[in-house]
Amino acid sequence: MAEIRVDSLKKSFGDFTAVKDSNFTVENGEFFVMLGPSGCGKTTTLRMIAGLEMPSSGKILLDGDDVTFNRASHRDIAFVFQLFALYPHMNVRRNIGFPLICQGIGRTEIRRRVEETARLLRIDHILDKPVSGLAGGDRQRVALGRAIVRRPKAFLMDEPLGTLDTEFRDLMVRELRELHNNIGATTVYVTHDQIEAMAMADKIAVMNHGVIEQFGPPQEIYDRPATMYVADFIGSPPMNFLAFRASLPKGGSNIDIGNASIEIPELREEVEESDLMLGVRPEHIRLDDTSAFRGKVIGTEYLGTTQIVTISTDHGQLKARFAADIPVREGETVGLSFAGERLSVFDRGSGRALHSALHDTHAETGG
Amino acid sequence: MSSTTAHSVVEPGRYLRFFAGAVVVVYALVTMIPLVWIFITGFKTPQDSISYPPKVIFEPSLEGYVNLFTTRTRQTPDYMATLPPPETWYDELVRSRQMVIAGPSKFGERFMNSIIIGFGSTFLSVFLGTLAAYAFSRFRIPLADDLLFFILSTRMMPPIAVAIPIFLMYRTVGLSDTHLGMIILYTTVNVSLAVWLLKGFVDEIPREYEEAALIDGYTRFQAFVKVVLPQMATGIAATAIFCLIFAWNEYAFALLLTSGTAQTAPPFIPTIIGEGGLDWPAIGAGVTLFLLPVLVFTILLRKHLLRGITFGAVRK
Ligand SMILES: Nc1ncnc2c1ncn2[C@@H]1O[C@H](COP(=O)(O)OP(=O)(O)OP(=O)(O)O)[C@@H](O)[C@H]1O
Ligand SMILES: [Mg+2]
Repeated sequence: MAEIRVDSLKKSFGDFTAVKDSNFTVENGEFFVMLGPSGCGKTTTLRMIAGLEMPSSGKILLDGDDVTFNRASHRDIAFVFQLFALYPHMNVRRNIGFPLICQGIGRTEIRRRVEETARLLRIDHILDKPVSGLAGGDRQRVALGRAIVRRPKAFLMDEPLGTLDTEFRDLMVRELRELHNNIGATTVYVTHDQIEAMAMADKIAVMNHGVIEQFGPPQEIYDRPATMYVADFIGSPPMNFLAFRASLPKGGSNIDIGNASIEIPELREEVEESDLMLGVRPEHIRLDDTSAFRGKVIGTEYLGTTQIVTISTDHGQLKARFAADIPVREGETVGLSFAGERLSVFDRGSGRALHSALHDTHAETGG
Repeated sequence: MSSTTAHSVVEPGRYLRFFAGAVVVVYALVTMIPLVWIFITGFKTPQDSISYPPKVIFEPSLEGYVNLFTTRTRQTPDYMATLPPPETWYDELVRSRQMVIAGPSKFGERFMNSIIIGFGSTFLSVFLGTLAAYAFSRFRIPLADDLLFFILSTRMMPPIAVAIPIFLMYRTVGLSDTHLGMIILYTTVNVSLAVWLLKGFVDEIPREYEEAALIDGYTRFQAFVKVVLPQMATGIAATAIFCLIFAWNEYAFALLLTSGTAQTAPPFIPTIIGEGGLDWPAIGAGVTLFLLPVLVFTILLRKHLLRGITFGAVRK
């Protein structure tokens, strides 16, 4: 078990900077998810933690020890690769046992631990099969087995479920989280799938273009997105944005969009006249005939218990989540009000969220 | 990767396929004829082998093989009459030609030389080629592309162009007409081929294989031996076959640089002379035997050649 600290980590390939000044701490036993779109530097960060790639600058600390320049083999970390699954020239048993052989562990002990691991992952029935014929899920379990069997200080997993189909993935997400609850090892898990991240993480770091935009527990990232990018990346449908221009005083709790006055969490900073964005989660929109903020329903999508209603307004399009039994007709003009204490305001230029009462309950985190 | 595109090519019609098949069969037959002719010549008598029109149907004889492995002397009938009766079938065969066996020929020795030099240089080429290919494929080497091209240049010059300098060099350092000298020479020529072929195979093996082993606590060398080498089996087998075929068949260097102790079979076989000209049946027998090792080697490695390399390992 271990704590992983990443300190001003940077990695360039020639002129291209894949990771820009990353800072985060994965606490002992934590399930940490790095979430971001393809090419944002997730794999590169993970490879640096594993010791497969040397950082251009910055430090990596394992349990407080600086391991930045240690060889991969001296870090006692297990890695589940994005594409690599298994050695084709070995059967399942030998694949799982392979990491133990170089540790000079006796045959009977290896056998015992491989079988114990296989039972944990429910693959004990395929131990003596070749890996070439395995189904995707089993293949991934064997790859996990290879990692677990060593009882390393920490696990690094690079989109281990990326190649599975959705149905299987949901199952594996639950299994992985269960497994983590059982063995409690520090885990860094990389994915571009926000649902996976939300379902598994103790903490999430949202990455974009080599920068960690926000770092915190899933709930916080959802409720208090630090940037417009995060707000847009997380949630399905994502957060709605309404453009407006204003100068806002510190302590202000009202904004005007068009002729409607909208209540927002009390601002903790002053903003000069600039282009701003109001961020509204779909579930924080209500139908309200008395509201001056109006829009036209242009589409509805029923999802069983809820419905997603697309509303066109003068200030942009909104997607709202209503209970399924609320009658909404396409073409109808409706009044809308928002759950004022849950709204975010962003600076449109930098994408940064303005500091407000929304952030009061939580200490500032992130990077 | 979609499987639908593979079928977008128009399937050839029945007649076209038949025609294509016929062309292949005819071509195969045409190329096989010299080999078949050599093979049957080995079982002819010297008279049959040079008779005109050529005999396709004849009484098979092992005289070629006996002549290949022995040296014989012609004797007068008076002397022949004083000999005890022949002990073996080949004694008898030789005496029926008014000759006695004087001793073994050099063929066995030359054949062994071919084996030692051929397999020795093949082993060395593949060994060095594997290490170099791995390094070229995995490490950042300054000027790697230029080096690769430079390595290939040993293949560009015709043996004749460099044979004289090499001959002089070898004479100075005492490598001429030695097994070691020929092994070094063939390795030099073959290692370029080996590096190029094997690099392609190493490039195909995902780096993650070794990286996984490195993370598991193996050293780079252990990872290479335990993870990369087994994946390279196909490439190594194919490369070994190519190297062996070159070293085995090489004629020009062997002719110029070897004459006695290290002479290989190719320059030796055409020098098998019987009475009144070349001993064609013995040459046919020699060539037939000469073809066997490469044939056997290829058949032995066939299973590796046909096996996919990284099948089922990576989903692309
Ligand atoms: N060895 C390398 N040399 C040059 N560029 C690289 C190298 N490795 C990664 N990159 C670049 O760095 C960027 C980040 O790559 P990385 O693999 O970390 O992305 P990722 O977030 O894991 O994306 P994905 O979800 O596609 O796996 C990419 O633009 C990639 O092209
Ligand atoms: Mg990646």
